[in-house]
Amino acid sequence: MSRLLRFHLGLAATGIVLIFALRLIGNDYAWYTGYVILQYVLLSVAWNVLAGYAGYVNFGTAAFFATGAYTTILLTKSLNLDLVLCVLAAGLISGGLGLAVGWLTLRLRGVYFSIATLSLAVVLQTLVVNWSYAGGSSGAYTMRPQGNNLFGNYSEFLFVLMLVLALGAIAAAAWIERSRLGMGLAAIRDDERAAAAAGVPTLRLKLIATAISGAMMGMAGAPLPYYASYLNPEAAFSLTYTINTMAMTLIGGTQSWVGPVIGAVLLSALQQGATVTISSAGNLLIVGGVLILFVMLAPKGILGLVQASRGKGGAA
Amino acid sequence: MSAILEVRGLGKTFGGFTALNDIGLAVAPGERLGLIGPNGSGKSTFVNCIAGDFLNHSGVVLFKDQPLTGMKPHERARLGLTRTFQLPRPFRSLTVLENVAVPLRFSVPPLAMADAEARACACLQLVGLHDKARSYAHSLTQVDLRKLELARALVREPALLIADEVMAGLSHSEVDQILDLLFAQNVRGTAIIMIEHVMRAVTAFSQRLAVFVAGRKIAEGDPRTVLATPEVEAAYLGI
Repeated sequence: MSRLLRFHLGLAATGIVLIFALRLIGNDYAWYTGYVILQYVLLSVAWNVLAGYAGYVNFGTAAFFATGAYTTILLTKSLNLDLVLCVLAAGLISGGLGLAVGWLTLRLRGVYFSIATLSLAVVLQTLVVNWSYAGGSSGAYTMRPQGNNLFGNYSEFLFVLMLVLALGAIAAAAWIERSRLGMGLAAIRDDERAAAAAGVPTLRLKLIATAISGAMMGMAGAPLPYYASYLNPEAAFSLTYTINTMAMTLIGGTQSWVGPVIGAVLLSALQQGATVTISSAGNLLIVGGVLILFVMLAPKGILGLVQASRGKGGAA
Repeated sequence: MSAILEVRGLGKTFGGFTALNDIGLAVAPGERLGLIGPNGSGKSTFVNCIAGDFLNHSGVVLFKDQPLTGMKPHERARLGLTRTFQLPRPFRSLTVLENVAVPLRFSVPPLAMADAEARACACLQLVGLHDKARSYAHSLTQVDLRKLELARALVREPALLIADEVMAGLSHSEVDQILDLLFAQNVRGTAIIMIEHVMRAVTAFSQRLAVFVAGRKIAEGDPRTVLATPEVEAAYLGI
């Protein structure tokens, strides 16, 4: 059996185990918590495609995420499309947005690119606030179906949907790492001018990475209107998504897809636990605290710690 | 004659400063051309214009009789016009072998990973880095970094290599190692423009010498004759 096939079977098995484990708990809250954790797994893996592989820090996570969420709202309202189709459409639209933004901003290097992406969220939020068909500033409601054909419980359906998306993103990220694209992105991250001199079409690869990353983020946001039943611009474009996603990826480590997965699972589980036991306002405080600890003690994240303990230093 | 590289009326200004002024230069296939000049004479600007880093210059650059106007650095590299950087710029998160495989993976058409690694391996053998194929750049010495830089530029067997100060700061014997490498590659058919301050190397290597001073080409021709002209002595050697 090839390594790739084994890897994909492993991912699928993990998914099935997760579904049955949560069924055993048999509690709606378990599906909710699982959904949020997987949403951050998806966002972090997506963010890392650009930040970890290509070295471009995107501050616009919330913009892509909200674009996905609002795609669902608009398509449900206008065409009454099924959520699964909305997710696919959100991927296309957010991917297209990534391409467009990338084309406009990727000539900018380093911090200038980051600032440009930050402003993207502001621009889009202003647009939605002034768009009454999309609910304007007061937001939009989404009627949640009672159940689903395959899954009796709609919460379970949302969980499974996010699970499939997250596992798909992991498979895609793992493929990129081993592909020609991944090698080109690594060259760009290490030294963009030298990459170009070696024949790497830098702009095109960066655009592909932004489009893939944006599409994944958009798909992460697409089920949100159904998850929350109500969506307003402030919630959808919340900077929390941006900050959480960055912090989780950095804490996990950017070297491979494993890092964002570990970071997202650990940190969002911690956040969910704290929401129940302490207070919901403490979330960002936890993220901030953990991030500061990691920046000081383990700047390469958990993956960096593991690699250091195995004694394989490698990249600077 | 059909030159591999032909530069006509090349000019480049930065604001009010003229870095290059009406440069004309031709390189024949398989030729070894030395390019010298004091610091700030425009040598690196010249490289950057030809390699595509500065697209906004006046004049024309023809490579294999094809104008390069508007072509990006990676497109020029794929055509067979490669350069090295003054300070080595390795891909630090990739192994030495992967560093040299990158140009092959991004040639047209791209090589499969296994083929690219095999050819990169052969190239590392030529430059003498094969025993460090699995190391990372941070563990390489200065001369090994220069060899890596050269291997990455040469692995695709380019028609023209611009070697921008690949010997700066190296010891006598290290300079000889690099010179041997460049001679060997030249025998394999690559024309080489050597930009260098190490006079011993340039005079030993060049069939022809061009001298830049303050953005102008002041002399060109047989190395001995060129170095003996009063203008070159005055401008370059400061006499």
